[in-house]
Amino acid sequence: MRPGRLGIDWTRNETLVALIIAGFCAVAALSDPGFLSMATLTDLLRGGIVMGILAVACLLVLISGGIDVSFTAIAAVTMYSTAMMLNTLAPWVPWWGAFAVAMAIGAALGAINGILIAGFGLPTLIVTLGTLSVFRGFMLTFIGQKQITTLPPGMREFGRMMMLRGTNADGSFYSLHAAFLVTVLSVVVTWAILHRTMLGRMIFAIGGSVESARRIGINVAGVQFFVYVYVGMLAGLAGIIHASMARVANPFDLVGLELSVIAAVVLGGARLAGGYGTLTGTMLGVALIVLVRNSLVVLGIPATWQFVAVGVLILIGTGVPAWQAKRAAARAA
Amino acid sequence: MPADLIAMEGVTKTYAGITALADVGFTIGAGEAVCLAGENGSGKSTLIKILAGVERPDRGRIAFGGVEQGPLSPRLSAAAGVMVIFQDFSLFPNLSVAENIAFSAGLAEGHRVYRRDRVQALAKATLARVGVDLPLDAAVETLSVAHKQLVAIARALAHDARLIIMDEPTTALTEREVRALLGIIRRLKADGVAVLFVSHKLAEVLEVCEKVVVLRNGAKVAEGPASEFDAASLTRHMTGRDVAEKAPDPVAANAPVLMTVAGLTKAGTFEDVRFSLRAGEVLGISGLLGSGRTSLAKALFGLVAPEQGTVTVDGMPVPLGDPLAAARAGIGYVPEDRLTEGLFLMQSIARNVAIGRLDAHSRGGTLDFGGLLGEARDWLGRLRVKAADVDAPVRSLSGGNQQRVVLARWLARSPRVLVLNGPSVGVDVGSKADIHGIIRELSAQGLGVIVISDDLPELLATCHRILVMKAGRITEEIAGGTATEADLAHRLAS
Repeated sequence: MRPGRLGIDWTRNETLVALIIAGFCAVAALSDPGFLSMATLTDLLRGGIVMGILAVACLLVLISGGIDVSFTAIAAVTMYSTAMMLNTLAPWVPWWGAFAVAMAIGAALGAINGILIAGFGLPTLIVTLGTLSVFRGFMLTFIGQKQITTLPPGMREFGRMMMLRGTNADGSFYSLHAAFLVTVLSVVVTWAILHRTMLGRMIFAIGGSVESARRIGINVAGVQFFVYVYVGMLAGLAGIIHASMARVANPFDLVGLELSVIAAVVLGGARLAGGYGTLTGTMLGVALIVLVRNSLVVLGIPATWQFVAVGVLILIGTGVPAWQAKRAAARAA
Repeated sequence: MPADLIAMEGVTKTYAGITALADVGFTIGAGEAVCLAGENGSGKSTLIKILAGVERPDRGRIAFGGVEQGPLSPRLSAAAGVMVIFQDFSLFPNLSVAENIAFSAGLAEGHRVYRRDRVQALAKATLARVGVDLPLDAAVETLSVAHKQLVAIARALAHDARLIIMDEPTTALTEREVRALLGIIRRLKADGVAVLFVSHKLAEVLEVCEKVVVLRNGAKVAEGPASEFDAASLTRHMTGRDVAEKAPDPVAANAPVLMTVAGLTKAGTFEDVRFSLRAGEVLGISGLLGSGRTSLAKALFGLVAPEQGTVTVDGMPVPLGDPLAAARAGIGYVPEDRLTEGLFLMQSIARNVAIGRLDAHSRGGTLDFGGLLGEARDWLGRLRVKAADVDAPVRSLSGGNQQRVVLARWLARSPRVLVLNGPSVGVDVGSKADIHGIIRELSAQGLGVIVISDDLPELLATCHRILVMKAGRITEEIAGGTATEADLAHRLAS
């Protein structure tokens, strides 16, 4: 892995994803001069708020050598049950109180994954496939299936919070939701955990080799438990933000998004085998997927092509660096 | 005189009624290097685990620095400075050299915050102590095996190691890397760090050791200054028998020619190779690394496609460059690296044998499983594969037994010619003698065997004739009975 001229490392996923984003923007700007505007930017950032938080959570699991597909179910269950609970029991709770409740519920659901994975040593994919279905089924059966269109006042208040508002030259409005700050904050906090605490380094170490981690005395089960609880917490946060911004808690939302999130994280260079992944890459991956979703229409491409486009991007974005690494290895041999 | 760093006395351990260690005791002084020799299953691993605090002995006393210890735990052993470097090094491939070196020390000191400068400084200082220079920021997965070992040594030192236990330290190293390792061990000893080498091939580290302890079947059978041991005496103590082997019985005078190779050429690899092999004959092919011996072996079995030449078995030409055709013609090939080329490691022992016989047990598209596995079991028995359960994965076997499984697979196909590439690489001394016994038996039954090896005593013990390869050509033919090891070594190198 040798940086070339300008210090750019071409074998990194980040480089490739950044290039694809730049190329995509260039094409979009050529076909629609209005593309390069504040409105587009704020649209993109807004589109990345919930997905960004979920991607950060997903990244942590992938680094630790596991995989989690249940986080969207945790997000959905959390947002729906929090909204319902606050509406019936405590409508006076402010928005930050609602957040705290959601994070606690999310953490508790994550702890169930944690106990099954860290405590019983079950495979992560199987456990989270199971809990994905169980969490969601439980909600639809026992909590409810109807949309909650009147959210508790705290959540409604947060739904109206904007950190940025303005008018374009053509008179159209643009705004950026304050929830964007929450996404930024989760990135910063997760970065600090991963790169500035021994706990974070232990997550990397376990992803690199569980056996080695055990041998040097890392509490593997404890670290894994933390990872799934933390992921649950972030998922709960993503859920309540999603409902607040949509101004409705729809129990059928979010689930189904998990593969796009995992795709974004993998595009950003995280390895499914564990031990590798960066937040920069993850954010670039999210940006690319949101860009493709929001902007294919601008390019005059039918929205149904989204799936094809995202799939092709994954194949290129993860295939090219893998192929380059293989070639480099063959040269070295 | 200061107390010994480690003193063990009467250490005994049994697993489910089987004695793994019986009344073993010895001492290791500060700055001393000790060889712990023994075959697989002699109790070496159990002893390592006990010292590392992973297993508790049933009886016996262990003292660190003259202070008798209660029950050990991994934490206590580590705190006393006993560090084990496992054969796989137990490193983190995804993390940097610096982080790998500093990780255990940081854990032991209970750090919660990760500070890169602290980690880099510790790694740098430790590598300086070892006297090597490695890129601190490189990911460990990009390093060579020898460098990974250095990282593992540095990690132990960074954690204040007083005794470094090295499990099979030389198996994966080249000769030059072994010499570099010995230099580092001398440096550590001068620094007051003791080293315990645990291995079944220790001749190469003898020169840096003060003391040798030999285990056999869980008991200490020899102990003494390293100067009193050499490779032969070590082997004798480890196996409990003289493994000096006799040259094989001569081939019957009227034995027919089984295989002929003529003008076999692959540009840049081997050229104009010609020889013939008679029924019941064992033919050795030797040469230094890069002489083309491995490519030739592969070419005989179709794994490498030669450009010219012919190979015939029983007078019938064998299509070149086609392993399936070679197998149909009655050629069997046992590769050098059984782990990656010869075995399905996760599959059961019986299935590994049976895989070669799927065709023969096919009944109109379905498989006669009973017959298939029955035959596999029969061959495993004939080759004395020691396995409690033939349904266990083949990776659970020792190197010698794995080699027998590969042999069993081929023998089940009743081949005419067997090409064995490095038949005893990575197996212990006792199994090696057994494998040589199997080769002799097979040739006595009329099979033609080609042994490709750079293990000269092995060639002398098994082969009727030895072909010497140099730069892709066969330069000499030596009759097996007449040569000595020194003679053969000289002819290879000159």
